[in-house]
This record gives sequence, structure tokens and C-alpha cells, in this order.
Amino acid sequence: MKKELTNREAVRMAIDTAMQKDERVFLAGEDVGKYGGSYAVSLGLLEKYGPERIVDTPLSESGFTGMGIGAAMNGMRPIIEIMTVNFSLLALDQIMNNAAHLLHMSGGQYNVPLVIRMVTGAGKQLAAQHSHSLEGWYAHIPGLKILTAATVQDAYDMVHLALADPDPVILFENSLLYNMKGVLDTSAQPLPIGQAKVMREGKDLSIFAYGINLFKALEAAETLAKEGIEAEVVDLRSLRPLDDETIIASVRKTHRVLIVDEGWRSGSISAEIMARINEQAFFELDAPMRRVCSEEVPIPYAKHLEDAAIPSPEKVVDAAKAVMEEA
Amino acid sequence: MSLSLEKAKQFYRQMLLCRRFEEKSAELYTEQKIRGFLHLYIGEEAVATGIIDAIEPDDGVVATYREHCHAILKGIPPEKVMAELYGKMEGCSRGRGGSMHLFDKEKNFYGGYAIVGGGLPLAVGIALADKRMGRKRVTVCFFGDGAVAEGEFHESMNLAQLWELPVLFVCENNLYGMGTYIERAESEPDLVKKAKSYRMEAHRVDGMDVVKVNDAAKKAVAHIRSGKGPVFLECQTYRFRAHSMFDPDRYRTKKEIEAWKEKGPIVTFRKYLQKKEMWEKIDAAAIEKAIEEEVEKAVDFAEKGTWEPVSDLTKFVYSEEVTS
Repeated sequence: MKKELTNREAVRMAIDTAMQKDERVFLAGEDVGKYGGSYAVSLGLLEKYGPERIVDTPLSESGFTGMGIGAAMNGMRPIIEIMTVNFSLLALDQIMNNAAHLLHMSGGQYNVPLVIRMVTGAGKQLAAQHSHSLEGWYAHIPGLKILTAATVQDAYDMVHLALADPDPVILFENSLLYNMKGVLDTSAQPLPIGQAKVMREGKDLSIFAYGINLFKALEAAETLAKEGIEAEVVDLRSLRPLDDETIIASVRKTHRVLIVDEGWRSGSISAEIMARINEQAFFELDAPMRRVCSEEVPIPYAKHLEDAAIPSPEKVVDAAKAVMEEA
Repeated sequence: MSLSLEKAKQFYRQMLLCRRFEEKSAELYTEQKIRGFLHLYIGEEAVATGIIDAIEPDDGVVATYREHCHAILKGIPPEKVMAELYGKMEGCSRGRGGSMHLFDKEKNFYGGYAIVGGGLPLAVGIALADKRMGRKRVTVCFFGDGAVAEGEFHESMNLAQLWELPVLFVCENNLYGMGTYIERAESEPDLVKKAKSYRMEAHRVDGMDVVKVNDAAKKAVAHIRSGKGPVFLECQTYRFRAHSMFDPDRYRTKKEIEAWKEKGPIVTFRKYLQKKEMWEKIDAAAIEKAIEEEVEKAVDFAEKGTWEPVSDLTKFVYSEEVTS
């Protein structure tokens, strides 16, 4: 069945469908119930499922994330919502030391089928403690799977993929995408975890992006096309595992690389992608690889400074041209 | 409450097994058969013994990094624990966890956790799952007095009481968080008072007396099983050894340690048995001998264990790798 809806509605619908299908699924987090979710994702679900399955938690990220891990170890399928990626740092002990490590340190006995959803990204003038893109950090950790939905289809599919996975999966949702509309096909076979998707074919240069920056890359590709540069745009979708195969195939086709990543440049996921291309396809490159990242500052409040700190279609266009000129 | 002869034998045997197992571990550590961190429970045996006796095999246990005795008493065979200390594949965590991370899913032993306070939220979640799924299980969560200063302690106490979850929080108060005396770490060292501030049912018990611990645990478990929510139990105890094998133990006096040894759990229990005229009936010499053999058997099993092939190194990072 195909229908047009927003990203927010797609996530909500996925949670709703999953809860109908599986009694073990519950949603817990700050304000997910009575308030309807701080980004209104779970609006209406409390009325439908009651407070035992749509669980309002106190402000205690480590406590309720750890609770989710324990519940997952004991047969349930929890979805933990963390309001903002910055707050997830309070739960980092539980996410890394427990969720990510349990299967390994128990010698394969305890898997953790936990889903954590968190909001990421800048662009709403929320300043330095509500605006960061730390998914690259989480992608550093073996034992976790890191998914970043950009499209409505993925916003829906990824909730289901994550719930079906026996291991901890973190879904990063960009708040600016919640209102974006798209077409959802509920009968389509979801693209699996760990698979990137070519969103626009091109022969001159590969642009790798994920989340909201995919749309900035696509917009830039339109501009570039008008100037005769055919950019291939790849939605990475999954930051751990990374889809080396799709990335390298695109490099072999275009021989030029640009990565758009809202994380800080130093030690970012874009650095990792460049390193892998270097390891696997160095001789395919016709020009040095480039990337558009966030400036190395805490995201500021003032609109003009915030805009200047994060990737934009203009920055992508400029960087793409620079790659082309260096060839 | 007086003890049956059978129970008396069991407690004596269990505490002594824990003691001898760990004395042997310390010896093996100095021989470099066991490496890493090794935190001994010697002196605190009455707590694990009294508590775990009060629960059913189906109930869960979450423990800390000082968890050899909890693991053995929950039913993990001593040889599998010893093999784990050796890092052998036959260990209860395949040699990937070591002393601080013993696990056994079949025995509902949810693991030893080495981040202080880190196991508490898990116990909350395990208990939440039981309550939601209508199981009548209890989850026991062991932690030390050091954990009480951690945020996760407070978050977990709050959640467990707020949602009336079936958790037994057992604080093994041995007075020292590593080398820091409790009075230097807690603005309110009365831990029962702390727990009560969460409106939780909370009691203090002499953690050197296995009978008293067992009585308190039975009452707590009955309270929890009747659906009245969690219980906090402070067991006042003492570790006779240093925090770990690396600890020079400069922060305590010999006099203090000796004074506590005089009221050690095995000594105390022997006095109790003598008073009750049960001592002669339990045949302590036979128990001692059987334990010696059991510990030897564990060491032998560990010695004969195998090293997991390095080619399996990256197994068990994700579930699809689980083959057996």
C-alpha cells in the first residue's frame, strides 16, 4: 500500500504496527506518553496502548536506558526514546558498557534486542547542548548497529528492521525531517541494515551523505547538474555496519569523492569513510577526497552562526567543484 | 528462627566452599595462572549464602565484579567459574569475561558488572519484564556501598519503587568503596534512611550472620512476591582481603581487620551451631575434605581447559555469529 505522509507519521505508524503485532514491544522515554512525545512522534499511542506499553519515564537517561537493556535481556522488545543525542551521553555507560558488550563478554549467552531512538542534528537554534550529531561516535562501538533514516520509507522500515534485529540498534532521527513528506510503500521489501542506496546516478563524482544532509546533497546535485557536473548521490543509511561495497562501487564509477557529514571533522564518520576508500580504492581516485563537515565549534545559538557551522547545499556545491577542478 | 540440621550443613558447606575457592584463586593468582583483576569476597560469604538461599532457581541475580560466590551459589559449577578465571573456553563466559564478568543464562545469572552501579538499571529492567509478562520472579541485585554514591543507584531506586517492581536490592556494605571509607564518601552514611527516602521498604541486617541474612532475605522475598514492590537490604559486612590483588590496603589498620575477623561469618556460624548443639552433627571434617576435593577438581578442570582459537576472536560481537 502506498501513501503520502510525514516522517513523523511514518515513525509513529511503524511503532504502532510493531506494537500491534508483538506484545513484547513497548516504548519508554521522557514525555512519550501524556505529552505525546517531545517531537509528537508518539502522539495518541498512550490512549491506544496504555501506560504499561507507552511508558513515561522520569528524567534519568541512564536508568531507563539500562532498564531497557535489562528488559531486552529478559524477553521483551523495548524501544527507548532519548530526547536528544546530547542527553544520550548520560546513558553512554549503559549503551556501551552494557548493551554493546553484553553478548561478547557473556560468551554469546546474552544478546540485547534493544532499540534506541534519538533525535540528532542542528538547525533549530537550540544551541550547544541540544544540537549535535554524534552518530559517528556511536558508530565507533562494536556491538551496536547505527541507522540514520533520511526518507519516509526508511523512517518506517528502520523501526521494523531494528526491532527484528537480535542486537542493540540505535536509530538517529533528525528533528528537521519530522515534517518532511514522502511516499511510503508498506508492501515494499525493506532494504536491509548495512546497505547504502544510490539515490541519484551520476558519472562525475560521488557524494556520500546520510540523514538530513542527504537532501542537501541532492539539492547540490541539482545545481551541479545545471553546470554540467553529474554527481552520484549515495544515502549511507547505515553507519555501522558501513556498506563498503556500494561505496567502493560508486568510487570505481566516478573516481571522485565528496562526503557530507554533520559531525565534527576530527575523528568523524567521514574520516572513516575516507580511510576505507584509501585502503580499498586508492588507485581509482582522480582527485583528493573532500568533505563537508560541521565547523569545529559547539553549535551556536544565533541563526547566522548556526547556519555557518553546519553543512549547506552551497558548501556542498563549492566542495564538489573544488574536487572537480583538482582532477 | 532456628535452622534445620540440613540447612545448617548447607550454609556451612556453601560458605566454606566460597572461602576455599577464593583462597585457592588468590594462590593461583600469585602463581600467575589467573591474571587481570581479582576481587575476593572473603569475609562476606554470609551475605551471598543467606540471600541466594531465599530465592528460587528461576529467580534472577545481577552481581558486581566481586561475584565468584554469587555465581557459584546461584548454581554455576565451580569448575566453570575457575575455568573462566583462567580465561579458558570452558569457562562460564567462554573466557571472554574473566573474573569480573561471569554469566550463565541457564542459571539466570545475569552477570557480573564492573562499572560500579551499572548493574542496577539492568535489574530494574529484568524485573519490569517479569512484571509485564506476568511472571512471579524476583531479581536480586547485589552491589557495594560504593555504588550508593552513583547516579544509577538513585535512578534505579526511583524507577523500581515508582513502578513497584520485583527487585531485591542487596547492598553489601563493607564500609569501603575501594579504599575510601564510607564516612568520607557519603554525606548521609545511613543507607537505610537513603532507601526509605524513596519510600522503599528497607532494612539493615548483620551481614556477618548467615541466619540473620537468610531470615531478612526470606521476609524481603515474600514481600516482593506478594506484589508490594522492591525491598532494600543493607547487609553490614567486611572484606578481610584488599579490594583487589593489586591493592596494598594502606587505608585500614591491622587492628580493624582483626576485629572484624573475630566476627567473621564462618566463625560466627560455628558459634551459633555450637550453641544450638548442632556443631558435632554436621561433621565439619567431612565437609572440609569434600570441599577440598571440589576445589581441586575445579582447578584440574580449568588446567585442562582449552584456549579459544584466535580465529574466533570476532565472534559474539553480533548475534548472527552465535553458532552453538
